[in-house]
This record gives sequence, C-alpha cells and structure tokens, in this order.
Amino acid sequence: MIVYRHSVSLDADKCKGCTTCLRRCPTQAIRVRDGKACINPSLCIDCGECIRNCPHKAKKASFDSLDTLNHDKFLIALPAPSLFGQFANLDEADYLLQGLMDLGFDDVYEVAKAAEIVTEYTRRFLRRSDEKMRPFISTACPVVVRLVSMRFPSLRSKLLPITPPIEVAGKLAKERALREHPELTEDDVRTVFISPCPAKVSWVKNTPADKKCYIDYVVSMSDIYFRVLSKMHRDEVPQMETESGVVGISWASSGGEASALMNDKYLAADGIENVIRVLDDIETGHFPGLEFVELNACPGGCVGGVMAVENPFIARVRLQTLRRYLPVMRNYLTDDPNAEIPEAMLATRPGEYSSAEILNPDRATSFRMMMQIAQVKQKLPGMDCGSCGAPTCDAFAEDVVKGEAKLTDCVIRMRDILKRSEQEESK
Amino acid sequence: MEDLLHYHYDVDGGNFASAGEASVQVKRVLRQMGFPPDLIRRVSIAMYEGEINMVIHAKGGDADVYLSPEQIRVVLKDVGPGIKDVALAMQEGYSTAPDNIRSLGFGAGMGLPNMKRYSDEMTVESTVGVGTTITLVFNAF
Ligand SMILES: Nc1ncnc2c1ncn2[C@@H]1O[C@H](COP(=O)(O)OP(=O)(O)OP(=O)(O)O)[C@@H](O)[C@H]1O
Ligand code: SF4
Ligand SMILES: [Mg+2]
Repeated sequence: MIVYRHSVSLDADKCKGCTTCLRRCPTQAIRVRDGKACINPSLCIDCGECIRNCPHKAKKASFDSLDTLNHDKFLIALPAPSLFGQFANLDEADYLLQGLMDLGFDDVYEVAKAAEIVTEYTRRFLRRSDEKMRPFISTACPVVVRLVSMRFPSLRSKLLPITPPIEVAGKLAKERALREHPELTEDDVRTVFISPCPAKVSWVKNTPADKKCYIDYVVSMSDIYFRVLSKMHRDEVPQMETESGVVGISWASSGGEASALMNDKYLAADGIENVIRVLDDIETGHFPGLEFVELNACPGGCVGGVMAVENPFIARVRLQTLRRYLPVMRNYLTDDPNAEIPEAMLATRPGEYSSAEILNPDRATSFRMMMQIAQVKQKLPGMDCGSCGAPTCDAFAEDVVKGEAKLTDCVIRMRDILKRSEQEESK
Repeated sequence: MEDLLHYHYDVDGGNFASAGEASVQVKRVLRQMGFPPDLIRRVSIAMYEGEINMVIHAKGGDADVYLSPEQIRVVLKDVGPGIKDVALAMQEGYSTAPDNIRSLGFGAGMGLPNMKRYSDEMTVESTVGVGTTITLVFNAF
C-alpha cells in the first residue's frame, strides 16, 4: 500500500480536546482520544478546515521555512496567483515580482503564466474529448483530486488529464533558468512555490515514485507576506515585469479557471461542502451537457486558502483592479483548434482508488460489521454531542465495531444506565 | 430468510431541495461494504431517479434498501396518483412533468428507462389512485 504523506498535523500541547474540529472535518477523519485530537491519515484530504476552525490554533501545516532556503542555489520563486490579491494598493503586479527578487530570489516564474498555458491545453483537450466522458474535473486543487480518488471512484476517469499549473510552472521555470544561465547545472536550480494552502505541500510530498517533481520547496504565503511587504517600495520603478494576463491572475478565485475556457458549459463550485455535493451530483448523472467542472476546496477559491493573509472577498476585488490593465492572455500559443497537446503536458496522476472507507476487504465480513453497527446505533442517543470523541453517534457506532472505541465511552448512555440503576435501587 | 441489512429513508415530498439525499447516504454504505465502483454508481443513479419521481409525481414516499453481501434491493413506495399505463411510462421521452419542473431540467422522460437500464431487475406495481411501488434489484458477484 502506498502511504499518503500529509502536511496537516496536530500540535498536541495546544490541543484542548474541545471537539470543534471533529464536526468541521468533511471526511470525519478526526477523533478525540485521551483528550487530544488525532487525524486518521487514510481519510485526511489536507483541506485545512481544521486549521481554519481550531480556536486554539492547535492544527498546523508543515511548510518549508524561508530561512532554511539554500542561497548558494539559483532560487526561483513560483508565486501562486492568489498571492497577488494579498496586498493593499498593489496596482501593478510588477512591484510584487520585484519584491520577491529583492528578498533574495534569483528569478520569479508566475504560476499564473503557467495557468494560461494550462487553459489553452484544456481547451484543446475538451474540444476533442469524448462526449460520454464529460464533464471533466479540474485537477488544480489537490484536495479535490484526493477526494475523488478516495470517495468518488467512478469519477476518477473524469479528472482532467492535463498537468496542473504548479507543475507546469516548476518545469518551465527550471528550463528557462538552464537556458538563460548556461553555467548552471540542473542541480544548481531550486524552485520555491509560494502556497495558499497545505494541500499543495501534500501534492508535492506525494509525487508518485515514477514521476518527476519540479517543485523543490513549498513555503507558506503567510510566511512570506510581511517579508515581501517590507521589500516592496513604491518609489522605485520595478525591474521585473509580469508575464501573466487577466486569465492567469483569474485562476486565483473560483470560476477563473472555468470561465477562461470561453465556453459556457461549465460549473464552478467552491468550499469543501459544496464540492462534495457537486461530486455526488455528478456521480448521480446530473448536469447533462456540462463539459468542465472547476472545484476549489476553499471558499472563494485559492484566495480563500488557509495560508492566505487577506480576507478572500477583499483579495478578489484587489485582483480585479490588478487585472484591469493586463492583456487577456499571454501564453502566445496558437489557437489553432487542431494543434496538439505536448506529451509532457498530458502527464497527470491517475487518482488511485484508495478505498479508505471499506470496513473490511472481505465483503461478508463488512456485511457482518454493518449489521453490528446498526445494532450499536440503536443503543446510542443520536444527539451527536461529540463527547465520546467521534463527530456523530453513527461514526461512534462504527468506531465501536471497528474496535477503536468502547461503548462505555458514550457518557450519555452511561448516565442513563446509572439513572436507571438508581431508580431500581430506590424501589 | 437470511438477515438483511435494512436502511429506511423518508423521501419528503414537500422538500424538493433535499430530494436525492437518500441515494447519497446509500452510496456511502455501499462504499463501506466494498461494492465495486461501477455497481455503486448504477445503484445511486437508479435510486436517485426513483426518489425524484416520488417527489415530483407522488408527493414523496418511502425508500427502503435491503442489502446482503451479494445483492442490493431498493424498494420505492408511494401512495401517490399511480401510473395509468406503465408500459407507456417506461418509454423514453414519456413524461407528464409540469412546466415548472421541466424548467429545472427534469421531465425528459428518462427516469424510469434509466432505472431499468441501470438495475438488473425492475418491477413496477402501480394502481391508479392507490400508489406505486418500484423494486430494483442489483446483483454483485
Ligand atoms: N412514482 C410515480 N407516481 C406517479 N407517476 C409516476 C411515478 N413515477 C413516474 N411516473 C409517471 O411516469 C412518467 C415517466 O417517468 P420518468 O421518470 O421516466 O420521466 P419524468 O420523471 O417525467 O422525467 P425525468 O425522469 O426524465 O426527469 C412520469 O412523467 C409520470 O407521469
Ligand atoms: S482551493 Fe486552492 S488554496 Fe484551497 S486547497 Fe485547493 S488549491 Fe489549495
Ligand atoms: Mg423521473
């Protein structure tokens, strides 16, 4: 079995066992055991909802630190499109790019630029796609890819088979560095993705063994925010010039990727609960005629990522201002409908069906367990109070049958039993 | 008869927005039991169509799912107006759905034919003025 490596984890010292995260976890991956939250790695999708909601800031994400980057290497910053929405009064993307250079990066390659390339290849792909296979689902949000592989096995074949922008950016950034600096070897160049979310860390960490990953480090947007802010000077004309257009920047918020396809047969949904609902609906055969589905785990899209600094709605407005004076798209690819999609851009990860929810590989055994679960459920109060450490009574019943919890952990049930025995005694 | 796992769902006729919920819940149970993805998809589509029909044409009803490791049986029972000519209703494109429902994308007359196509066995018992009971059987090997 392939072990999935996560970026979201618990800071046990800060956890108060308050059960807030239990209910907010969309895959019910969290339990409170012995007073501390624990995350089931086979169910966690690294969406960051627990980080967003923990009142004690006890959920954390592992990122590379800016301080540990090796400046002997040729470092290329790969800013996510959402980074552009974080700064007040930023009316030209160039100031941000210059700020990154002044922070010590040797080059900047905008993921927004790569996104515009992906947009064009997606258009080509959709034009030629088999109608029966539609709609295709965007693979830009790693949470969605993992969720589909875990929970929507019949939709795996609908994941868009185009390399997502983060990887395209890493690849092209490295190629450019080697081209422009013949003195460099491949080992001299390092790419640093500036991320709005822990999910991108997991994406990089879980590169399949037979695939090459073009991202060397992932730093958090909140880590870089203040440092780059202090480097951005309005009084100096930036040397850097943005290479992306309206389309690339638009990928930062929900609907940007889909609307760029210039085709109205799309749907865009954001926020993890909405994403799950849409996937359920697609699986049930809804939305006939749709060609493309853009799904973002975060509210508002990547501008709503947990590591973003600015409120997503404000960030979205800022992006609109920023986009105003940019050309529409700058990928300079031909829009010839018969143009090919290069082999390298077709590589994607087949979401492997990790049957995390199966009770037992033997169906007869699963069946017996389901019977037991149904029996345990009848003994529970159905209040979903969370004090047993499970998000719902149903989840608790499953835990009991799986041997991960004891029926006596239900305090409500124990209280009733106690009351009854007191009444018996007083009779 | 051997013991079957039984799940019951009230399909609320007054709440169009929640129509389709039962099939989502059943899907999870089927995944937990380890049924193959294709079968899960067939069950969820067929059951969904049945649920929607009960909401649109019969003001709601009951959905009961009976499971064994080898078979899934879905029984959709309502006390609605009944179907006058079942053979006709089973034809693709036949629909009596009102206009307001059509504007929501329903009413293509594909529900019953899809239920037939995606299930391994389908029986429709319907009496005008009494109600309709549809039984869908899916075999897993
Ligand atoms: N439970 C029911 N009670 C009464 N009439 C029904 C019921 N289910 C189906 N019908 C009748 O059979 C017709 C065909 O049903 P079917 O599901 O195939 O199409 P539809 O519901 O009209 O449209 P679609 O399912 O494509 O949205 C319906 O229009 C309705 O007249
Ligand atoms: S929506 Fe964007 S920010 Fe949020 S998890 Fe997905 S990729 Fe990351
Ligand atoms: Mg119907």
